[in-house]
Amino acid sequence: MPTEPVIEVAGVTKTFAGVKALDDVDFTLNRGEIHALVGENGAGKSTLIKVLTGIHSPDGGRIARNGRISTIYQEVNLVPLMSVAANLFLGREPRNRLGLIDRTRRDAEAKELLQGYGITADVSSPLGTLAVGEQQMVALARAVEADADVVIMDEPTSSLEPREVETLLDVVRKLHEQGIAIIYVSHRMDELYRICDTVTVLRDGVSVHSGPLKELPRIELVSLMLGRSVNEIQKHGTTAFGEDHHADTLPVLEALDLTSKPRINNIDVSIRPGEVVGLAGLLGSGRTETAKAIIGALPLDHGTVLVAGKPVPHNVKAATRAGISMLAEDRKTEGIIPNLSVRENIVLAALPKLSRFGITSRSKQDRIVDAFIKRLRIKVSSPEQKVAELSGGNQQKVLLARWLCTEPKILLLDEPTRGIDVGAKAEVQALIDELAKEGLAVLLISSELDELLDGADRLIVLRDGEVAGELEGAQLTREHVLNAIAAEVMDDADGNQNSH
Amino acid sequence: MSTVQATATRTKVLQRQGAAVALILMVAVSWLVFPRFGSLDNLRDLALQGSFLAVIALGMTFVIITGGIDLSVGSLYALGGVLAAWGSQYGFLVALTLPLLVCGAIGFVNGLLIARTNMAPFIVTLASLLFARGLLLAITDEGANTYQIAPDSAFVELGRGTVFGFGYPIFIAAALAVLGGLILNRTTFGQNVFATGGAEQSAVLLGVPVAKTKIGVYTMSGTLAGLAGALTAAYLQSGVTVIGVGTELDAIAVVVIGGTLLSGGMGTVLGTVIGVGLIKVIQNVINQIGTLDSNYQSVVSGVFLLIVVVLQRILRR
Ligand SMILES: Nc1ncnc2c1ncn2[C@@H]1O[C@H](COP(=O)(O)OP(=O)(O)OP(=O)(O)O)[C@@H](O)[C@H]1O
Ligand SMILES: [Mg+2]
Repeated sequence: MPTEPVIEVAGVTKTFAGVKALDDVDFTLNRGEIHALVGENGAGKSTLIKVLTGIHSPDGGRIARNGRISTIYQEVNLVPLMSVAANLFLGREPRNRLGLIDRTRRDAEAKELLQGYGITADVSSPLGTLAVGEQQMVALARAVEADADVVIMDEPTSSLEPREVETLLDVVRKLHEQGIAIIYVSHRMDELYRICDTVTVLRDGVSVHSGPLKELPRIELVSLMLGRSVNEIQKHGTTAFGEDHHADTLPVLEALDLTSKPRINNIDVSIRPGEVVGLAGLLGSGRTETAKAIIGALPLDHGTVLVAGKPVPHNVKAATRAGISMLAEDRKTEGIIPNLSVRENIVLAALPKLSRFGITSRSKQDRIVDAFIKRLRIKVSSPEQKVAELSGGNQQKVLLARWLCTEPKILLLDEPTRGIDVGAKAEVQALIDELAKEGLAVLLISSELDELLDGADRLIVLRDGEVAGELEGAQLTREHVLNAIAAEVMDDADGNQNSH
Repeated sequence: MSTVQATATRTKVLQRQGAAVALILMVAVSWLVFPRFGSLDNLRDLALQGSFLAVIALGMTFVIITGGIDLSVGSLYALGGVLAAWGSQYGFLVALTLPLLVCGAIGFVNGLLIARTNMAPFIVTLASLLFARGLLLAITDEGANTYQIAPDSAFVELGRGTVFGFGYPIFIAAALAVLGGLILNRTTFGQNVFATGGAEQSAVLLGVPVAKTKIGVYTMSGTLAGLAGALTAAYLQSGVTVIGVGTELDAIAVVVIGGTLLSGGMGTVLGTVIGVGLIKVIQNVINQIGTLDSNYQSVVSGVFLLIVVVLQRILRR
């Protein structure tokens, strides 16, 4: 096959307020290839994409585009208040004879189209009412249907469930068959090796490697990304979770009979100090809702939450005071305050603890913030940098730091390593482990099964808002979990369902 | 799922219905309590009074949905009237187009400054509020010089002509509202208006021409304010210089009462029309009582508006 570049970038440089996000980068995308773009958080991947699409203009260098580009940006970039169908067709709505938007047809087409992506939600409801993963699928559908020669995907799977990831990868393959070139950014090595032909590695804004992916051993790819030797990396495993935690004390958190119809039904969760309990299940199975119910952010029909045996009133303030903290899944709408500095974002939740009579000690703040920036390796020019200017993964780290510095007794983590690079992911996982050893009770929600299996001491599997099974010890295997998740299908075939 | 946005849908329905319910209640009670309220004469008058405000508020609806605000419309309303009256000596066409062009141009400059320099809409349109008011005073010798419109001219007919006793401005406002609704919901421009106000950063990434959209809505708002002024001048047969003070606040109030989010991204033309109805019925009723000192009228209507807004809040729960 003759290689014919559709995008060619030569010597591109982009500087933000003194930070070199891209430094003399060369990059070539050939027709029909799936090109992985990898690198640590803050390496410059999203910046390169925005330069390619013309959102940012480069300070120097040349860009040649040979075709139409369609992009899914890293954060779900749609309009939450507009309807699903309006988002999908924004800018290319079907029209009637008068030239007006034909809403009936638009909605019908949207419905049909989205079914192909596994979304059955009402297309006339606001996009914001969909789960983050579903929103991501809408963004995918939008980008794919735009009839482009190049489709760019910046971490498209970071908020997807395993099943949705498969749908997405199928879509990518279909595009590939149509001869469409794809730039694929992801921190998940499995996906990269499954679908990508070529890879470009960025490190600190410099492109350090470009070539075929299959021939590059995984460990070498990681070493290129991190800029550390292969030996150094081999010492650590793929996930950084340690041994299981032995906890035979009484539960510090007991959530009983949590019910908020129609989303969750009679859910019981109990966690002992030092224990990491995982919540597994498909999208919409009620995992996020369960966590929200525990922290008091979801109105309940009935149910109680006890901390150390004492009932906690059902509101966020009381739950926080009782020692529960939650890292929310959707950092854009429920966490990060983009216009505040990194320092302010980190200490936000801990302010009441750090202050006396409403006055906070700045030096104390600085000490804590510095410690977390170092420990989580948050890439910032200074603690006073605006959070909005950080790369996606680094924003996630800031949020994690926020909840960790409140020194909670119970930490609810909803997708804590989403969008975090391999290096930092291992660190976050190690940190969760360490915190558990110090006696913290952790509820871990993750769409990555490996993360759950390695990280959790016990797994609660949810299905359709109900507890479908609990797995522990030897049962903590991929098969068991997948069986429990998919039991609907398996129930008749497989009599020995997991029970507790 | 984000609870913030889940409530947004509920809010939309309830707020709009809330205003509609309040309007129906107001009308029903007024009808029963004040015998003159339901008379055809009074209803015609009510609709006519509402039509001028409705034209201004229509533009404001678009502006607020983009997440902006336009404080200049009160001044442009007055300026439009004076320009129309002055222009009427050169015939119908000049009387009608001059205010549209001048006020539209000022709106365009508003939009240009807001879209291209990232200055706050509040500041930019406050400046043009002062600018337009100043211009008005300059061309009327500090307001001493009131331009009259010949009573037999075609232009006066535009303001005073009737069909079944209902004034032309009512039909013009109604037609514009229908057109506005179509533009908002059934054209790309309308979709861009929603996208701009709903999530500006995302809109940029989605390829929405955000700057053009903003320029569009401010131009539209200025033009409509000028048109409302022209219609009022035609109705009053002169370019009255003292009108329009605080009208921008009335317009903002009716838009918000109608369920349009002040933060942008959501709103309807129908809601605005209902909002206009509500505020005009309140004023009408106060007039019916008749014994109220005119200074207290705005006190009462202010209190009443507050009650309506609070009721909407409660309804939302
Ligand atoms: N608008 C901006 N203003 C200032 N600095 C910025 C801006 N956008 C990006 N940066 C900086 O540029 C660098 C590269 O960021 P970029 O978002 O490209 O990283 P990334 O490789 O996509 O990382 P991630 O994997 O976390 O998404 C970071 O140091 C970031 O802080
Ligand atoms: Mg990125």
